[in-house]
Amino acid sequence: MLSIEPSRRELNGAGDVSDVALEQQASRSDIMDRTRVLARIALVDRVFHQMTRAAAVVVLIILGGVIVSLVHGSWPAMQAYGFGFLTSQAWNPVTENFGAAAAIYGTLVTSIIAMAIAVPVGLGVATFLTELCPYALRRPIGVAIELLAGIPSIIYGIWGLFVLAPFLQSHVQPALISAFGDIPFFSSLFAGPPYGIGVLTAGFILAIMVLPFIASISRDVFETVPPVLKEAAWGIGATTWEVMRYVVVPYTRVGVIGGMMLGLGRALGETMAVTFVIGNAHRISSSLLAPGTTISATIANEFTEAVGDLYTSALIELGLILFVITFFVLALARYMLMRIEQKSA
Amino acid sequence: MNAAAQIAQVKAPLTKVSMRNLDFFYGETRSLKDVTMPLYANKVTSFIGPSGCGKSTLLRVLNRMYDLYPGQRAEGEVLLDGENILDPAVDINALRSRIGMVFQKPTPFPMSIYENIAFGIRLYEKLPRADMDARVEGALRGAALWDEVKDKLQTSGLGLSGGQQQRLCIARSVAVQPEIILFDEPCSALDPISTAKVEELIDELASRYTIAIVTHNMQQAVRVSDYTAFMYLGELVEFGETDDVFNKPQAKRTLDYITGRFG
Repeated sequence: MLSIEPSRRELNGAGDVSDVALEQQASRSDIMDRTRVLARIALVDRVFHQMTRAAAVVVLIILGGVIVSLVHGSWPAMQAYGFGFLTSQAWNPVTENFGAAAAIYGTLVTSIIAMAIAVPVGLGVATFLTELCPYALRRPIGVAIELLAGIPSIIYGIWGLFVLAPFLQSHVQPALISAFGDIPFFSSLFAGPPYGIGVLTAGFILAIMVLPFIASISRDVFETVPPVLKEAAWGIGATTWEVMRYVVVPYTRVGVIGGMMLGLGRALGETMAVTFVIGNAHRISSSLLAPGTTISATIANEFTEAVGDLYTSALIELGLILFVITFFVLALARYMLMRIEQKSA
Repeated sequence: MNAAAQIAQVKAPLTKVSMRNLDFFYGETRSLKDVTMPLYANKVTSFIGPSGCGKSTLLRVLNRMYDLYPGQRAEGEVLLDGENILDPAVDINALRSRIGMVFQKPTPFPMSIYENIAFGIRLYEKLPRADMDARVEGALRGAALWDEVKDKLQTSGLGLSGGQQQRLCIARSVAVQPEIILFDEPCSALDPISTAKVEELIDELASRYTIAIVTHNMQQAVRVSDYTAFMYLGELVEFGETDDVFNKPQAKRTLDYITGRFG
């Protein structure tokens, strides 16, 4: 380049002028290249745009399809039992007399037990990991919790049936029965023989299963609190408990509630582990030690044996009810989060 | 002339805090080197110096905020009314109730304006509602914030402007009735009008509290402080009455810094 330029200048005589002309020409062809490139980029962008839109639409179609097929499948049962399906405890495949009350009750009660145990323990784990734990232990404990979340539910089921249930039967349940035997309300809550399997055991298993979700999400959101905010609280002499209770948890409550709802969603829908330990009895018992059933456990247990159309339809209607319950739990969670955000804004 | 000799020259008012041969380590890094200086009671002491010179570290030693983080340690002595606060046996919560701190960025707690003040008071005292109301009002008045917030005490402290938030934080510190208030660049995130208000406030607070303020703004140091400490690379280069430090600095490095030749 360097060697060419002087010679071109000599050839042209009026070197400067023609150099400018050459440059202009060059830049004109640059511009044309650029237009082509831009056109190609715009095309790629349009394709990308449409692809992402298609992905979003597919989700809506699948969701709609699930709802439609659930409603369609449960239509015979809806016509046969009407709203009585929701309140009846009957479950008799021989006479084809079905009701969902026992399954709904079992689903809600096991989830409530699970949340009552897992939320405080999970927040405790998260607090320990973010505030109190020696640095060297933080990673191992954090990883252990995440592994806990990765264990397949069938393994929880086996462990629950062969280890947890016998343990509860021989140690915990007799103690509960004798401890609460004289207290009016609790005596009926912890009444009857210790079967081992039952609603309480299912609640325990669920608590263990949702704990890692609540613990690890809470830990992650606790870590988003600016250190200086916590220092400000410590700076006026607050204790770790006070810093957590009045500063960290309020600051992160949206995320914490989100974690709880994720856990609750899993507890409501969890099938395998619950099926192993709940006892699969279609009745509502006042005692938490008695066997019961949940919606998902009923469906999993009985689908293969459901011979009549009405039987199948009743199971599908149970599925629809579970869908509606989870939908409302999530909607409620959204609403609560919205309220909280509005209040703090 | 070394720092100790300079201190001897200053005619000494009542000493509230006395740092002696104070060293501080972040892991292996020594970020305070043999600092010996007092904080005088009911005076404002400002700390100036380039970034990283140890000013903020020094404040964090005074309320032992460094305790929260592993690998950080202080050596030497810090005597608060004659008691060494670096002693591991010292009750940290009690210590921090005696030493308030206001940070660079406003740090209102995620609760209402009222609760932001009441929170700190409740840690130490159980007051009936009326007394609590009076304490909260007193603290907010003390921070020149009452008239601006009295009609919205139950709204979130996060909704206030930056300057108001900072005064809320000062009110919160004052409400606990500390003896010392530490300000770590309290105005660096504020506009000039808010800065003026906070400075005025510091001036008023000095009649009741011992105040230490870290600032990058030398005019601010001149305006608000009675004493000034100039620090450089973890060392206390010069300490004395603010007028003396700025008008006839003893050390060349101080002169260079205050005249803008480095830093």
